Amino acid sequence: MVRLRISSGRTGSHYMAERAASGIGLSRLSNGLFVAPYMLLVFGLLFAPLVLGIWLAFQDYDMLGGWAGGVGLENFENLLDDKIFRGTVRNTIKFVLMTTPAFVALGLFLALALNNSLRRSAILRAIFFGSSVLSVTIVTLIWRLVYLPDRGLLADILSLVSLPSVDLITSQTWALPAIAIVTVWWIIGLPMTLFLAGLQQIPPELYEAAALDNASRWRTLTSITLPSIRRTIIVVAVIEVILQFQLFGQALLITGGGPDNTTRPMVQFIYEAGFRDLQLGFAAAASQVLFALMLIAALAQMWAGRRREG
Amino acid sequence: MATYRRGRGLGDRLLLLAVVALAIVWIAPIVWVIGLSFKPNDVLMRSTGGIHLPPFTLKNYVDIIASSQVFAWMLNSFIVAIGQTVLTLVIASLAGYGFARTNFPGRNVLFVLVLAALAVPEQAIIVPLHTMFAAVDLHNTYAALIAPRLAFPFGVLLMTQYFRAIPAEIEEAALLDRASRLKVFWRIVLPLSIPAQATLGIYTFLHAWNEYFWPLVSATKPAMYTLTVGLASMQTNFAQTEGIGFLMAQAVFAGLPVLILYLFFQRHIVSAVAGGGNK
Repeated sequence: MVRLRISSGRTGSHYMAERAASGIGLSRLSNGLFVAPYMLLVFGLLFAPLVLGIWLAFQDYDMLGGWAGGVGLENFENLLDDKIFRGTVRNTIKFVLMTTPAFVALGLFLALALNNSLRRSAILRAIFFGSSVLSVTIVTLIWRLVYLPDRGLLADILSLVSLPSVDLITSQTWALPAIAIVTVWWIIGLPMTLFLAGLQQIPPELYEAAALDNASRWRTLTSITLPSIRRTIIVVAVIEVILQFQLFGQALLITGGGPDNTTRPMVQFIYEAGFRDLQLGFAAAASQVLFALMLIAALAQMWAGRRREG
Repeated sequence: MATYRRGRGLGDRLLLLAVVALAIVWIAPIVWVIGLSFKPNDVLMRSTGGIHLPPFTLKNYVDIIASSQVFAWMLNSFIVAIGQTVLTLVIASLAGYGFARTNFPGRNVLFVLVLAALAVPEQAIIVPLHTMFAAVDLHNTYAALIAPRLAFPFGVLLMTQYFRAIPAEIEEAALLDRASRLKVFWRIVLPLSIPAQATLGIYTFLHAWNEYFWPLVSATKPAMYTLTVGLASMQTNFAQTEGIGFLMAQAVFAGLPVLILYLFFQRHIVSAVAGGGNK
């Protein structure tokens, strides 16, 4: 067996005093070997590309023409002038605004309804969570079939109630909401689970006090449950904003960005600029804009959450 | 439980009704797809009604098995997911132990960097990452499919948290006996972390199995496709397709293994996803 032998002349009491500061044992360079493999990976495959990406955003660099030097802010100016890019920013923000409230409201509703130890609730929780284990390819395959005009499940249901079938994914009005519905169906399990964990943290004494006061259920919800999980609500909203800004696979596979670019998200723009048109500098600049928007949105929410608290 | 009092009658029943109705909406697309995957394509061409009525057929599944590509993709997905899972467990456990339990110069600075890495989304680095792998000519290899995910910090943070919660006294006795750190880690701490390993392992496997963006840009040769990318590549020209039964069988064929995995490891998966938040 391999042994990292660390000889030490330390005494027990010396050792205990060191330990109190942080970790166990003396500070030794050899202990760093535990974290070395991961640190190599995170520097090499996460921080290095992050820095390279920021650099690329200021370069004229495409895969075919090669590197043509720094261009300052030109890539960002071109993005601002690009009608398609501006459209993708709009689409992405619209999508975030459609899905985040839905995730928070529906996730909270399901968590409130299923926060008990009944067997049927366990089964229902499993159903709502189950779809999140599927890959985006399978989810979009299922829903493209559901949305098929004339032959899809939706069309079948509409014809049962004698409504004409609509082709949602070729409609400029309905394509993005249709993708939002797929997304909520896919990963409602995450917000539901986070809310359930939040509800479990509420001390039961609070509810006992409310019961003694004969508080109505609505009153209990608004004056005990919701205030107690305020932090969870903010956390879920922030996580969902960050996640939904990253919309990509659903749009690419359901509509391909159409009709008339009304569903093309920012990540698809990055994908197409970087991997189809091979304009690396331009794509890297678009990545930085996405990253910045995500950070701003998340920070704004956290700030709003704190302010309400104060 | 506290928030849910039984015996309030109508309100409870309405709530249950609403949730059950939603559950039916949630499950209907899956049941519909499974049902129709057993129907012949020419029947589905005319109508998708009468899901419960014959004729039924296994032809759609036979067709999948006959196209060997799907199996090759499945094997690729399996190699990538297993490789990523094993490496993540080893690397994250070592690093988690190092951060939680040992002391070395620069430890706190490095840990803050790991926390900061949590804020970096995949999309912010995917273009330069692709360039880096292209520069060393590694695309269309398993190494390229496996490596980038290993740099994301979720596993390290999960293991750090877990090791911190293990009482220090357990190690102290062994350390006073001059056992080496690695030996203490291997013999004493690691066996205690099996539950966390299971959670992280299942989560990593599932994530790797379902990953889409990186395999899409890294594996460009059909022979190197993962199942996720391969199935997506077959979904072109949809509305005119004559083989929707075949498409449905594909969805079932690819989705059922993870759904079964989910049924067995539901508790681990739910807790890992809740702990992971967005990563």
